Amino acid sequence: MELTGAQIFVESLKKLKVDTLFGYPGGAVLHIYDALHFAEKDGSIRHILVRHEQGAVHMADGYARATGKPGYVLLTSGPGATNGVTGIATAYMDSIPMVIITGQVPTHLIGNDAFQEADVVGITRPCTKHNFLVKDVRDLARVMAEAQYIATSGRPGPVLVDIPKDVTAHKTAFAWPDRVDIPSYRPSTEGHLKQVKKALSLILGAKRPVLYLGGGCIWSNAAAEVTGLARRLGIPVTQTLMGLGSFPMSDPLSLDMLGMHGTYRANLAMSNCDVLVAIGARFDDRVTGKLDEFCVGAKKIHVDIDPASISKNVEVDVPIVGDARKVVQKMLDNLPPEPDLAKYRRSLAPWHAQIAEWERQHPLFYQDWTPGSPGEVIKPQWAIQEIHRKTKARSPVVTTDVGQHQMWAAQYFQFDRPFRWVTSGGLGTMGFGLPAAIGAQFARPKDLVLAIVGDASVQMCIQELIVASEHKLPIKVFIINNIYLGMVRQWQEMFYDDRYTAVHIPLQPDWVKLADAMGAAGFRVEQKSKLPGVIDEALSTTKPCLVDIRVDPKESVFPMIPAGGSIANPIVADEALKVHVKDDPNSASLS
Amino acid sequence: MKHTLAVLVQNEFGVLSRVAGLFSARGYNIESLTVAETLDPTVSRMTIVTSGEEKIIEQITKQLNKLINVIKVVDLTGLEHVEREMALVKVHAEGDGRAEVLRICDIFRGKVVDVSPSSYTFEFTGVEEKINAVMNLLKPFGIRELVRTGKVAVSRGAGSSTEIRRRPAGGDAHLAEAG
Repeated sequence: MELTGAQIFVESLKKLKVDTLFGYPGGAVLHIYDALHFAEKDGSIRHILVRHEQGAVHMADGYARATGKPGYVLLTSGPGATNGVTGIATAYMDSIPMVIITGQVPTHLIGNDAFQEADVVGITRPCTKHNFLVKDVRDLARVMAEAQYIATSGRPGPVLVDIPKDVTAHKTAFAWPDRVDIPSYRPSTEGHLKQVKKALSLILGAKRPVLYLGGGCIWSNAAAEVTGLARRLGIPVTQTLMGLGSFPMSDPLSLDMLGMHGTYRANLAMSNCDVLVAIGARFDDRVTGKLDEFCVGAKKIHVDIDPASISKNVEVDVPIVGDARKVVQKMLDNLPPEPDLAKYRRSLAPWHAQIAEWERQHPLFYQDWTPGSPGEVIKPQWAIQEIHRKTKARSPVVTTDVGQHQMWAAQYFQFDRPFRWVTSGGLGTMGFGLPAAIGAQFARPKDLVLAIVGDASVQMCIQELIVASEHKLPIKVFIINNIYLGMVRQWQEMFYDDRYTAVHIPLQPDWVKLADAMGAAGFRVEQKSKLPGVIDEALSTTKPCLVDIRVDPKESVFPMIPAGGSIANPIVADEALKVHVKDDPNSASLS
Repeated sequence: MKHTLAVLVQNEFGVLSRVAGLFSARGYNIESLTVAETLDPTVSRMTIVTSGEEKIIEQITKQLNKLINVIKVVDLTGLEHVEREMALVKVHAEGDGRAEVLRICDIFRGKVVDVSPSSYTFEFTGVEEKINAVMNLLKPFGIRELVRTGKVAVSRGAGSSTEIRRRPAGGDAHLAEAG
């Protein structure tokens, strides 16, 4: 029996076990939406109608980051697709598996400047792992299978499939490929045993080793393996923004996050280590700081599935191309017997003592007020700690936008498990948190999903709140409201002599009314002593909640390594409170 | 330093744009690029001349390999290889100079491919330096039009540096549901 392209598309989704599509209809995808009508009726696929296409892509992204499964998006041609580009670029930078299907004008109109036509394959080429234009309906099923395969294998990433409208109307037999075979695409996953052994002997000869874990540990499901490796060897562990949760932050071996706003001990441990073991991390500039001074005394081992990530920014001594989980498993299989390991762990005692000393010198720090003090100022860090304290037993999924609140959440919200931390790291996309929380809640209907967002950034995708109400999603959105574009304000304070430009937004929406207008529950807190009660109330509400927390507008994120600065010299909070760093020579190289 | 890369790609719509886009997006130079089908019509071969330090060339090679449609990348610079470029050049040729330009063409083993009362069009083949040399000699006579192909290159000896050895399929998508 012959099916239309639209029907083949829907059948392909069923074969791929896609249960949720985030999307927005339009002329070019009408045949597809008609085919979906039947799939929705029989309950096989649910379509979530968003309010802006950027929201759809972030929802699919949140869905993926909370489960490890690929997110699916369906958009129309032209503006539908271009509105999705920010979301696609976000997913690309963080290696998130996702398939985006866009409608295109009919093949005979392509290139004619037709209504709602855009060269979507051209536009998205630099921000997708791969993309396709399907010109023949007979290719459609195969392309759908390849799209998911490419999106989820190797280093994951978004894949876009552009389908002209006439192709969705043409008919052919539905032929689902048994297997996907792309001769020019063969990710290496195994990791070379010789390299693994070389790495192990380096590690076992080290006196000051550090494990540096990135998002690759999350996406290869390597959390158990890397945790096992760290514990058996007794090596301190630091994690990137994308890697948080791949190793329990409550573990004594955890140094917590490194990089621009990482902990003092993590950055000092990196600077002073003699063997650095990077797993699934890409030596991002926010991690390395000034490259000439990055871990200069250390031998470097780098495990990554993407060969292009190895020695891109930092030359390494032992490259291992492979899947993090498989490579670390090989390391575990080749460890020396336990008595030798115990001896090795004991030999690291001075190193741990040194790290503890750094922690004693400069722990994460902010100047708090005691409850009941005049004004009862809420410190943003304290608010996040309080949210963490009241929710940690439920192991919530936490999404964020980008800025100060994001860094404070990374610092003060402890993650012990993978797939709980959902944040836009590489691209740094404001407005990500709310739609990502919606996507995560669709993926994990029984789990607690929190969004910690900024008062500026949440306004960038606030329209999606009504989607949460429509579907009765109990997401809890906490606005860390400092009436500023806080991170930009911080940079202007530190590097531009307090010349604040375009960062102050004292006129805020009435968030309580806005929540109400969108069918959600709104709360506003200005006093410290009231916050715990409001958090409890929000948590006990079944509606989506928007909690406006008015925090100290002057608070900054510390420690901080200025862009292009050396990670050996973080600016720490206790000192920064006394001196500004206006004369920092790096202030010219802000990027 | 200049490097000559042989890049085998799937002969598909948009591949040239992917390769060119990669160079522009990452700030790499393309000094020349030629592309045409190989014996296997599903595969095209590009010859790309680029320049940069070893580290940059390594990145270019890795990034090219990362493109889904790229089958193989070989840096011919490190191998014994033969390089050629072709140029078609239309030179002003009247009066005393008419015989002289023809002599220059002969010396460089060029071919006359078109003649008019006031011009010759020559075809030259050779390494880049040879083409540059002949152009310098012809310039004073007045070059009306010039087109160069960019470099093509092939390894020396009986073996093929760009033979496609297909790795076995594997590396299944491994992403699993979170716990």
